[in-house]
Amino acid sequence: MKSVEVAVVGAGPAGLSAALAAAGQGASVALIERDERLGGQLVKQTHKFFGSERQEAGVRGFVIARGLAEAVAAEPAIEVRLSSTALGYYTDKVVYLEEPDGLVKLRAERTIITTGAAERMLAFPGNDLPGVYGAGAVQTLMNVHAVRPGSRVLMVGAGNIGLIVSYQLLQARVEVAAVLEAAPHVGGYLVHAAKIRRAGVPILVSHSVKEALGEREVRGVVVQRLDSAWKPVPETEATIVCDVICLATGLTPLTELAWQVGCKMGYVPELGGHVPWHDEDMRTTIEDIYVAGDCSGVEEASAAMVGGRLAGLSAAASLGHDRRVAEMKEVAREELAALRAGPTGDKIRKGLARLRGAGGSG
Amino acid sequence: MDHPILEFEKGRPVKFTFENQELPGYEGEPIAAALLAAGIRVLRESPRRHRPRGFFCAIGNCSSCLMVVDGVPNVRVCVEPLRAGMRVERQRGHGDIR
Repeated sequence: MKSVEVAVVGAGPAGLSAALAAAGQGASVALIERDERLGGQLVKQTHKFFGSERQEAGVRGFVIARGLAEAVAAEPAIEVRLSSTALGYYTDKVVYLEEPDGLVKLRAERTIITTGAAERMLAFPGNDLPGVYGAGAVQTLMNVHAVRPGSRVLMVGAGNIGLIVSYQLLQARVEVAAVLEAAPHVGGYLVHAAKIRRAGVPILVSHSVKEALGEREVRGVVVQRLDSAWKPVPETEATIVCDVICLATGLTPLTELAWQVGCKMGYVPELGGHVPWHDEDMRTTIEDIYVAGDCSGVEEASAAMVGGRLAGLSAAASLGHDRRVAEMKEVAREELAALRAGPTGDKIRKGLARLRGAGGSG
Repeated sequence: MDHPILEFEKGRPVKFTFENQELPGYEGEPIAAALLAAGIRVLRESPRRHRPRGFFCAIGNCSSCLMVVDGVPNVRVCVEPLRAGMRVERQRGHGDIR
């Protein structure tokens, strides 16, 4: 059986950073990715990142992905396995992979789970109609494959993803009918909201979807106002003609592998749902298993990259590798604290406190 | 598609069929991208209530886009690369495994 010191499952921002950090310490690494390319969801992100220079602020997501992928390709200690899906993990440290040529068993002393997150659904009549698409999917379609999702889009959710994808739709010359937000105020950064307002797109706060219209495909949507208790206000319905309803109502961590391994899980709404308990080294309650990125708590790509680096350093250190590892872990922790400082980090800090409060020794 | 930021590298132009109708696409793009570019949005029908279903997640995660490709059911067309001459059909229900 093939064996490595560190297996990393998922080659998005967290996984790429974890693989590079572990290999940088001298560990042998297998980087497992179910897609045909490296980069995860960074490859479709055309906006410039925030944060500090250390996290590549001012650089567009797909450029960051290219840089990380090139660094991985240049690192001989990392073996990249594309089109490879981790189906399960056995307690004798074996990751089971489905690959184009069949099933592969890989023994890994440490496994880092960086499987990301998936779009959250919203409940309304007609939400299964063709034309109701996740915001991430719309981004992939237009920014990676150069296909417009439709001609007129209603965006649901005015968090950063909803605002950014609305702007990207305009860049691809797709009309955005409106952005709905159930909360009484815009959730994302005002700089993103200002861009789409300047382009003439209305942002309807305290509004939600009542139902999608159309028999075989989306032809429109009925929206309605919500009161301060988020209850629909009668007789406030309005019909908006559109062929796409784009859901940007949040992400939920993809944690199947962590559940299957038997990691202790905690339900933390601030982190997007059920997440594996993990300590400050990103280690779960299973000694050999680490987590990072959105599957350990939905945040954003800058934090995923730093968290991945921390997980890679910790996993390598636990195997006896030490190229100034304590110092590098300290730097990563400081960067994470800086990214989570201030009011925009409130939710994440609260979520992590709730998770850690749940304890992991049990 | 002209884009203010991105330049696209598409694969070579190929032909494939959807429900026996010939369509153009680019080799290597997801089958769903070629179908959506051609304006085809109903990709399958649900097993019980025969509801139309389409593209949703684009990462091979949600099973909304399962189609029959070259006779094989349950293909996730949002991630399956297009090849020349593929026969793509709407999946009705669970699909028959031959």
